[in-house]
Amino acid sequence: MAWNLDSDRPIFSQIVERIQTDIIAGKYEPGGKLPSVREMAQEASVNPNTMQKAFAELERIGLVYSRRTSGRFITEDIKMIESAKTTLAQQEMNRFLEIMQKLGYSRSEILDLLNQTLKKN
Amino acid sequence: MSTLLECRDLTKSYGQKTAIDHINLSIESGHIIGLLGPNGSGKTTFIKMINGLLTPTSGTLTIGGNPVGAESKKHVSYLPDHTYLNMNQKVKDVIAYFRDFYSDFQAERAHDMLQKLGIGPEDHLKSMSKGTKEKVQLILVMSRDADLYVLDEPIAGVDPAARDYILNIILSNYDPKASILLSTHLISDIENILDEVIFIQNGQIRLASPVEDIRVKEGKSIDTLFREVFKC
Repeated sequence: MAWNLDSDRPIFSQIVERIQTDIIAGKYEPGGKLPSVREMAQEASVNPNTMQKAFAELERIGLVYSRRTSGRFITEDIKMIESAKTTLAQQEMNRFLEIMQKLGYSRSEILDLLNQTLKKN
Repeated sequence: MSTLLECRDLTKSYGQKTAIDHINLSIESGHIIGLLGPNGSGKTTFIKMINGLLTPTSGTLTIGGNPVGAESKKHVSYLPDHTYLNMNQKVKDVIAYFRDFYSDFQAERAHDMLQKLGIGPEDHLKSMSKGTKEKVQLILVMSRDADLYVLDEPIAGVDPAARDYILNIILSNYDPKASILLSTHLISDIENILDEVIFIQNGQIRLASPVEDIRVKEGKSIDTLFREVFKC
């Protein structure tokens, strides 16, 4: 099944986000091997050159490294994965706050609502 | 990367009507390019010139530095918008036919892909559904080791699941050194597999751009942009 991507936004950044989330969520284990560009492009139904660029970006930020002959692997540096997780969580929190402020909630109201919701769930 | 296809002032007229109007274009190797335009914009005329089925009225068209002819045809694999296969044949006959015609045809690859679809060598073409026939034709075309694959409406007339399958055939056979030029008006189905798009209108190039640049600059999909540019 093709990945659910939004064609209005650059596909490249969505692929990076998606693989990053999969690494953080443990779909790919630290030190584990990533599928090849071709396999991933096929799985996602995206252009192989775009997938290649996304892999290069993941290498640049250090979540992935390549061994010349055997392919690409997830970093074994747990701290690095943890820090990517924190960054992602922070981004999600900011996005949430932005929406709530647009709806007209104050900071204290947001906190109350959040507490109520957490209790309910 | 090198230039695979180049045209300069390429023009094709049918009597008074100009179907292709002074097109200048180059296509690099290693890309998947969408040729998009409304009905009657010149897509099929352009594709037929690439394959030597029509001769230009003026201008030049070269493939790998060669003019269109016997040499260029060795390197271009073409899926026409209408079938040319003899429907009275069996699958094994068309495979033999392709093997005779094209030295770069990989019969084993074709057999493998057909087998995954549950199609055997003894199956008759005429007993297949429209969608299956289209899949078989595409498999034949993609089983050549060509430099340029020219696919005229590869996903027209098949259901969404078959479209996904066809895109999968294209991606799984894609050689990073080759290029694919495909025409379609089902843009949203294919836009994520493209590197570049060419918008063609009244025989002229309206826009040629990497797809990701369009998404970054315009903040919209190729499908949306197409609807805006060609609004009736």
